[in-house]
Amino acid sequence: MTSIYRKRLFVNRMNLVMSLGTMVFGMVFLLWILWILFAKGFAALSPTLFTQMTPPPGSAGGLANAIYGSVMIVFVATFVSTPIGILAGIHLAEYGKDGWIARLTRFINDILLSAPSIVIGLFVYTVYVMQVGHFSGWAGSFALALIAIPVVVRTTENMLHLVPASLREAAVALGAPMWKVILKVTLKAVRGGVITGILLAVARMSGETAPLLFTALNNQFWSADMNAPMANLPVVIFQFALSPFDDWRSLAWGAALLITLTVLVINILARTAFRQSAVR
Amino acid sequence: MSTASAAMPTAMTAQMEPLTQREPTPPAVHRGAPPWQDWLFERATMCFALFVLFTLVGIIGALAWAAVPAFEKFGLGFFFTNVWDPVKMNFGALAPIYGTLATSAIALLIGVPVSFGIAIFLTEMCPVFLKRPLGTAVELLAAVPSIIYGMWGLFVFAPVFGDYVQPALTKIFGNLWILGPLFQGAPNGIGVLSAGIILSIMVIPFIASVMRDVFETVPPVLKESAYGIGATTWEVVWNVVLPYTRVGVIGGIMLGLGRALGETMAVTFVIGNAYRISASLFEPGNSIASALANEFNEAAEPVHRASLIALGLVLFLLTFIVLACSRMLLAQLAKGEGKKT
Repeated sequence: MTSIYRKRLFVNRMNLVMSLGTMVFGMVFLLWILWILFAKGFAALSPTLFTQMTPPPGSAGGLANAIYGSVMIVFVATFVSTPIGILAGIHLAEYGKDGWIARLTRFINDILLSAPSIVIGLFVYTVYVMQVGHFSGWAGSFALALIAIPVVVRTTENMLHLVPASLREAAVALGAPMWKVILKVTLKAVRGGVITGILLAVARMSGETAPLLFTALNNQFWSADMNAPMANLPVVIFQFALSPFDDWRSLAWGAALLITLTVLVINILARTAFRQSAVR
Repeated sequence: MSTASAAMPTAMTAQMEPLTQREPTPPAVHRGAPPWQDWLFERATMCFALFVLFTLVGIIGALAWAAVPAFEKFGLGFFFTNVWDPVKMNFGALAPIYGTLATSAIALLIGVPVSFGIAIFLTEMCPVFLKRPLGTAVELLAAVPSIIYGMWGLFVFAPVFGDYVQPALTKIFGNLWILGPLFQGAPNGIGVLSAGIILSIMVIPFIASVMRDVFETVPPVLKESAYGIGATTWEVVWNVVLPYTRVGVIGGIMLGLGRALGETMAVTFVIGNAYRISASLFEPGNSIASALANEFNEAAEPVHRASLIALGLVLFLLTFIVLACSRMLLAQLAKGEGKKT
């Protein structure tokens, strides 16, 4: 009897220790990655990073054009994807509900949410870049927007489900048409949550590399023309990190630090400032 | 009593009479917005919902259309030949498909037990004041851009792995009967195994946070009654929590698998970019995503390009199936939740 008891306790303790071990394992890698990133990234950080262009092989320079390009591409993508995502989310939550169109859309949206981003890039390449005949910042924004839309749809729908029906009924009883009820009452009630979704989408877009490879490509010089190949941080990291030049590698670490800080800050901001939770 | 009941009807009729006699009030003149506005708004939102639907159809359609030249030239054999020769324009998808499956399998082999442990820790063992910070840390690990994992893997992990871990693995497993060949070869830190390990670190946060969420759906009553009859924490997890959430756990694993299959940057940096299927996991290989990232912009010939797009189509269909299964399992769990509680 006691031996069974002891065995059970032993198994329990061993497994719990292993569980603790896995947690430590995960945290060790998180800290290791962040440590390396900060050490190498801050070493590369300097004012010229923000003022000079990406250099030719083997010489010093900055990331000004890539930073500008990244901001522009992500900005345009956010601008395009937000209304589309919110309206589609409204349809799912308010009109479609359990109809077959809404159910199918929800299902497909969840799949697109974790679809491989490189395939999205490939898709934009075939339908846009190949038809126009050249890489461009627009194509990059297009690809990123396709990645952001499912995120915004999902959060908007989840948030709208949190609005109590009585709020809608009260507005309808006052004689407001449905579209006004939705835009001015329900959507407004969950504004914080919807903004969280948009922020998370922006964070996701800022770090994506694969879809930009075949769309925005890269540009060594300053270019504000969205209709031409455009420099952007992720692709610069990809090209510079795999190069044999020390200057380029150091710039890649600087860029990596910038991107990670942006993504983490946006994430933390979204989680704390606009906490309405239930974001998935 | 009787007086009251007798008085009531008369009082009521006295009140009702003026009402019935009055002219019916005309319908409200101001009825708010004309109905077409609502109609338009509903249709507009529906268009955008349909847009999401057609994105998926569009992706499959466009890739299939762009891949036609490759299928025309190589036929079904494209999927089963292990050759990739841009000079002779001869392409087969077997090596990248193998690389994708092998790296994802390694990622799950390591990632699933670790995520399970983390989820148990977060739901059953963690002191309350640490729950939120640690949960957030795991989610932040998921938010770190994948290219960072790639860089870290190439510059930091690969040298350490090649110098210390690979020789040790060869020593321990190298002489085993079946497993042996997997762990032989030059320990240079780059290859299928390294890519799989980096991938596992990437998918752990995804799987762990889904597992944690489904573990939290277990009604406390179930766990309390198990503890009440003297079960240990581990027995509660293994015999109560896990059976209850089995479907959701599998859904979470599939979700992680979907991520692992399509992950590009973390793999591209460390897999070595070689179209090879070798017995050893230490040898360089190629996954579909890394082949695309490395070669696509340099592919000038239409057949070469079409072959790469065909690879992309294969990858998309593969992840589509995995993710669809995952979503159906997770939805099934959500449906059962209402009934059981």
